[in-house]
Amino acid sequence: MAIFYIQQLMTSFIASVAFGVIFNAPRKALPQCGFAGMVGWLLYILLQDMSVQPVTAIVVAAFCVTMISHFFAKKYKTPIIVFSVSGIIPLVPGGVAYNALRHVVENQFDQAVQLGARAFVFSGAIALGLLLAEVTNQVIRKWSIIRR
Amino acid sequence: MNDLLKREHDIIKVCLLAGKIMLQSGAETYRVEDTMMRIAAAYGVENSQSYMTPTGIIFSVEEPQHITRLIRISDRTTNLGKIDQVNSVSRRACLGELTIEEARRALENIEQQQATYPIWLSILLAAISSGCFLIMFRGIWPDFVPAVIAGGLGFSCSVFMHRVIPVKFFAEFSGALVIGITSVWMVRLGWGQQLDTIIISSVMPLVPGLLITNAIRDLMAGHLISGLSKGAEAFVTSFAIGAGIAFVLSF
Repeated sequence: MAIFYIQQLMTSFIASVAFGVIFNAPRKALPQCGFAGMVGWLLYILLQDMSVQPVTAIVVAAFCVTMISHFFAKKYKTPIIVFSVSGIIPLVPGGVAYNALRHVVENQFDQAVQLGARAFVFSGAIALGLLLAEVTNQVIRKWSIIRR
Repeated sequence: MNDLLKREHDIIKVCLLAGKIMLQSGAETYRVEDTMMRIAAAYGVENSQSYMTPTGIIFSVEEPQHITRLIRISDRTTNLGKIDQVNSVSRRACLGELTIEEARRALENIEQQQATYPIWLSILLAAISSGCFLIMFRGIWPDFVPAVIAGGLGFSCSVFMHRVIPVKFFAEFSGALVIGITSVWMVRLGWGQQLDTIIISSVMPLVPGLLITNAIRDLMAGHLISGLSKGAEAFVTSFAIGAGIAFVLSF
């Protein structure tokens, strides 16, 4: 079990760094990209193993990736998008979309529509995670201005 | 009066250049708008208006004379490094560390820069990330190498097609097609076992992740047209990938 999680940690870190390179992220930001992606994916996997609904897992993971990215963005004075993109990509429901597609090809449209709707909801979960993180950040910002 | 006008023209040029680089590199629309207005304000133009879609920028300044300029953005790539650099130029301009002339030169430097990493490194890492995704999607280690091969071939095919044929979405379609053919072929040869997992993980480098994130962020910031059009671009790209894979699966 521990080996499984160590594998997940390592591969998600490498994959996120690789996406940083594909998107031409600045060299000094690559470790942070990897870290954000790693934490997001670990949360997603952990929640799934605790048999939480996948939608919830995606929302939580996307939320955390964005919060971490926001922290890095402030700390290194770099646009937030540099850190967040490579962490969001693994959460994209590629597997569900693929299965939907396969059913389309096999002319099983009832299942294809079901899976397609599921892929749509999962994408919506990513959006919801980003939205919640954005709102939280704005609340924190307003709060710190008021307290000053 | 003439000097003032010339200065105004220079400021507009700098702002438009900054906006153009950022939009071409794939920045969020609200960030581009914000950067342009900040640069303008840093050089003393308070009332600037900008409107942008993913394909063009309209920038207008009220005083001392009303000037409106339009820039068309035809090709868009992803280069987060350039966004970061323009961001730091605008930050320094706001702190008053740069004159207009210096800012213009810095931006022109950024514009002419090549990609930070050589293309072979991107392809290599895309291949490795495909393998990593295979493990992340609970695949088995024997499938690692097939996923690396399929992902690398597919990504390099889409990069190559993007340079040769200037038809959008065709690059992704052909990349997905190559991935599908390679994976099916390798599974037939007995090199790989789980066809589904191999295809899903090899396709990941082609997924329009930046577009998806940007579309959501733009919609949240109230840039409805940009958000919707980026969302549409992401949707069509995903559809192109899906079509490539479906084409292979239907045989």
